[in-house]
Amino acid sequence: MWERIQEKLKILADAAKYDVSCSSSGSKRVNTDKGIGNTTESGICHSYTEDGRCVSLLKILLTNYCLYDCAYCVSRRSNDIQRAGFTVNEVVALTLNFYRRNYIEGLFLSSGIFKNPDYTMERLVRVAKTLRTLHRFNGYIHLKTIPGCSEELILEAATYADRLSVNIELPSEQSLRHLAPEKSKDSIIKPMSFLHHRITALADERKVIRHTPTFAPAGQSTQMVVGATPENDLQVMTIADSLYKKFGLRRVYYSGYVPVLADHRLPAPGTPVPMIRENRLYQTDWLLRFYKFSLHEVLNAQNPQLDLDIDPKLSWAFRNLDQFPVDINKADYEMILRVPGIGISSALKIIEARRFKTLNLADLRTLGVAFNRAKHFVYTSDNRPREVVAAVLRQQILQQSKYHTTLTPQMQLFT
Amino acid sequence: MKDLLVYDGSFPGLLTAIFDVYERKLADVSIVREHLYHPDLYATVRTITRDTHKATRVWQGLQKKLATEIIDHFYKSFLSEAHNVEDTLLAFTRYVLGAPPGAERNFAHPAVLEVMQLSKKVHREKHRMEAFVRFQQAADGLYTATIEPDFNVLPLITGHFKDRYADQSWLIYDDKRSYGILYNEKDGQVMEVTAGVTHSATPGEDPDMASIVVHDHEAAYQTLWKTYFQTTSIDVRKNKKLHLRHVPTRYWRYLTEKAMAGP
Ligand code: SF4
Repeated sequence: MWERIQEKLKILADAAKYDVSCSSSGSKRVNTDKGIGNTTESGICHSYTEDGRCVSLLKILLTNYCLYDCAYCVSRRSNDIQRAGFTVNEVVALTLNFYRRNYIEGLFLSSGIFKNPDYTMERLVRVAKTLRTLHRFNGYIHLKTIPGCSEELILEAATYADRLSVNIELPSEQSLRHLAPEKSKDSIIKPMSFLHHRITALADERKVIRHTPTFAPAGQSTQMVVGATPENDLQVMTIADSLYKKFGLRRVYYSGYVPVLADHRLPAPGTPVPMIRENRLYQTDWLLRFYKFSLHEVLNAQNPQLDLDIDPKLSWAFRNLDQFPVDINKADYEMILRVPGIGISSALKIIEARRFKTLNLADLRTLGVAFNRAKHFVYTSDNRPREVVAAVLRQQILQQSKYHTTLTPQMQLFT
Repeated sequence: MKDLLVYDGSFPGLLTAIFDVYERKLADVSIVREHLYHPDLYATVRTITRDTHKATRVWQGLQKKLATEIIDHFYKSFLSEAHNVEDTLLAFTRYVLGAPPGAERNFAHPAVLEVMQLSKKVHREKHRMEAFVRFQQAADGLYTATIEPDFNVLPLITGHFKDRYADQSWLIYDDKRSYGILYNEKDGQVMEVTAGVTHSATPGEDPDMASIVVHDHEAAYQTLWKTYFQTTSIDVRKNKKLHLRHVPTRYWRYLTEKAMAGP
């Protein structure tokens, strides 16, 4: 029996691993009534894969049998691979037993589409329901919404899951039609929009009635594959930006396409994974969400592609040298945040510290600023930088960073 | 002559020692843990007996003066077991109790800086342990884990594990410090255990984790977990350096997915 389970786990974890979202954050479920598990606001990485990614959830497909034929997906119908499927109880047992051993924070369950969308979604919901009700499991559950399933099932899923996601898949409708002919933009956007409305409606109710039921407390996320199709970064980020604004998504994940299949519509196997590009997209994502940049400042018709050599914040600074140097002792928070080399936490510390004294260069160092970078862009009581010549500085910075580039999609976004 | 206060290594013990420093108005003084104490000819040695009453008074004095967050740093830096941490904490106490409010954030003061830095390290390891503890289920159902943290973090992780694993009995044993925390699912209590009194071991015997009879399913789940771990890595994205930064090799020994010998 164990060999069979192991075999299935191998197949179904392998098929699920290209979905890069791994987060177990955003939910604060407490363990009530001596059940098992809870979730922490920021999530926990229990281990890291050899490619340096966080292992937080048991990420598997219920099955990799699929009726659809999405060109970029290993599980597509026309791909000749081993197929397998877990039963509901097998997934429940695996989750609980991994959880009890402190291997994981919870479950991330997705699936190929078998029979029809509703039939598939119904099984996913049943796993979550069994865990929550029968086993009083309070760990993290992330369910994939199957495009085209009914709204009732989405509602039910949201009562058990912490997070729901439906992948936007590709950065344009055209590409989607081309590569995932059975999916439509509508079948992806509709559940997103539907959930968003329910979540906001419930949040309003919650202001009046205290005890509204939990409903996807960690919200929605989505993933976009980049590098499989010809869209530029501006197109990619325009979609992401509107998803954040329109549907209140918590996270958009960018997944550099890993070419595993030979298909004339796709980059050939062996083409390198666009990891640097992926990293730049994440950085841009952060600029939009946490650094108060607007999209057109970072990407626009003149600059539709992110610079691969330097991060987008520095890139923006080079294009806007007239806004520098910034007076550390006077500038407002927003502007300090825009200085290359100053992150959110050091920006906050600067605002705090300068109330007590006039800051000099040495102070910046103790406040955790990436000094070598920032010094060109700020003046302090004892420093007035020489005029920055973008081309020269760029060269310098490239020299410095040459020796310590460890690129990763989800970490160390700005130093 | 310099005074040398020798205490039992416990937190209340240290607070008692600090109380004595104040009570006797000792100026040139050093506090050391019993097991680190080396006879010193040039000091007046006093042995401190732990005293709950005195300890509480010092603790309350600090709490009155400091924000909970700073109190937390104080305790965490104690758990670092750093060499001379007692003297740092004494210097810290003297400084903050004598200075105007807000002094505990003056990072220019060496004791303040040291306390913050130690606390940060301990806090980081607390997080790591919450992530890296790996339980094995014993034949009688008890979930056991062994750890060897750099710092004494068991007191800090108790709450986390108690909240999370409320419906299973578990034991986390610090092999470096020879004590553990045992949660009993029946009464919902956590108690401290030392070698010899641990569950599944006969009294007086060393609680050798490896010799506890494991549950029938245990090996299977460990294999499944390893399988999962290996499968989930994407080979073309391999990044060994990053991997090691997140999971330093010194922790590998007790990580199921990293342990060399299979079950
Ligand atoms: S529907 Fe999902 S599993 Fe099926 S081929 Fe498309 S992406 Fe793959």
